[in-house]
Amino acid sequence: MINKIVKSASESVKDIFDGAVIMISGFGEAGSPIELIHALIDHGANNLTVVSNNTGSGHVGLAALIENKQVGKMICSFPRTANSTVFPELFKKGEIELELVPQGTLAERIRAGGAGIPAFYTATSVNTPLAEGKEIRVFNGQTYVMEHAIKADFALVKCKEADRYGNLIYNKTARNFGPIMCTAAEIAIVQAKKIVNLGDIDPEIVVTPGVFVKRVVEITNPADESKLVSEDRRYPW
Amino acid sequence: MVITESKKGWDRNQMAQKAAIDIPDGAYVNLGIGIPELVADFVPEGREVIYHTENGLLGMGAVPKTGYEDPELINAGKKHVTAIPGACFFHHADSFTMIRGRHIDVCVLGAMQVSEQGDLANWSTGEPNAVPAVGGAMDLVAGVKTIFVITQHNTKEGEPKIVENCTYPLTGKAVVDKIYTDLAVLDVTHDGLFVKELAPGVSFEYLQQKTGAKLFQYPTVKK
Repeated sequence: MINKIVKSASESVKDIFDGAVIMISGFGEAGSPIELIHALIDHGANNLTVVSNNTGSGHVGLAALIENKQVGKMICSFPRTANSTVFPELFKKGEIELELVPQGTLAERIRAGGAGIPAFYTATSVNTPLAEGKEIRVFNGQTYVMEHAIKADFALVKCKEADRYGNLIYNKTARNFGPIMCTAAEIAIVQAKKIVNLGDIDPEIVVTPGVFVKRVVEITNPADESKLVSEDRRYPW
Repeated sequence: MVITESKKGWDRNQMAQKAAIDIPDGAYVNLGIGIPELVADFVPEGREVIYHTENGLLGMGAVPKTGYEDPELINAGKKHVTAIPGACFFHHADSFTMIRGRHIDVCVLGAMQVSEQGDLANWSTGEPNAVPAVGGAMDLVAGVKTIFVITQHNTKEGEPKIVENCTYPLTGKAVVDKIYTDLAVLDVTHDGLFVKELAPGVSFEYLQQKTGAKLFQYPTVKK
């Protein structure tokens, strides 16, 4: 029998090891799996490489993971956001590495990682500092830069509904990087607001097919990150 | 009588309106953060335009009423928005397929500098201690069919933002098609920067003084 349901967030992240590459879904707080991130803080794996569009805000979620010195390197497109102070301070002190990637290139590198494509060419970033040192090639008179796929050991993803096969649907713009990160990680761990019975999600509207997902954990009332930030909450509580 | 500097030219809304008039009916449009967001308020009556936001929504609507904000329904600037009837959500690879695969018709962006060849710099001052952040800007200029820039003509210190060559790191080379400033509308062409329209009270000579690149006049300039 296939049953990908895990009882708790802490159990779902217990095999994350030091030095792992971890993809974390979310665009700002929308789609950020805050309970899984907090479980990873409790678990304590260090020297992680984190792939995520931003670097978190305030002192909860991804920002708290970084503040707890568990992240050695960030791969992201936009490490500055309103209320984002943890990453900029560590970066200026030289205590965390940054690989800055244009947002579409980041998405495509993740997609390629999930699709078994080792590298690809794109026009994005040609003639800019972000293309320096990369292979350049001309196709049909236009210049492109080669970008490598990104794969991860784990992905932490938030969705709206999941079933025990790992089929997922998302909520509005909280979908963002979730579906492609599930495909590019060896072990995709998903927190769902609700776990439903097989067949309850119409097969026509499944967004992430269960084959891409290894674990689902039900988090019925996920925290509202911006509320925690406005109250200046810090994790660990 | 001396006309003060601040009275010359268009305000932010008028700049946005000038850009909005140039967006054709049926266009799929991506608006950047800041003055470009205002463009949505000035689309002429009778035109249907669909707004794309790169975090996964086609058919972005107005700002929600107080009390109806949804933290999982936001735009690229992470502000609360709504979805119009007929809208759709999608993941990031699909969203940037729309951008990079040349499916979006118009993108309106802000600028730190634009060169006479249409090079755009809008993501970094290049200062060594700054935290660099690029977001989707490089994808937008590389993939969207038409790029409009809305910007003040000069910096707060009075330096020209429209220049022969950008000194800040580039977002993209030869990517800008039109520039809307508080003083004029400019077309970027292979033969240089042409003045399409001057704001009220602005002469060609004055505009040239305020610009760091050579400007050209069409045979008849609309005043």
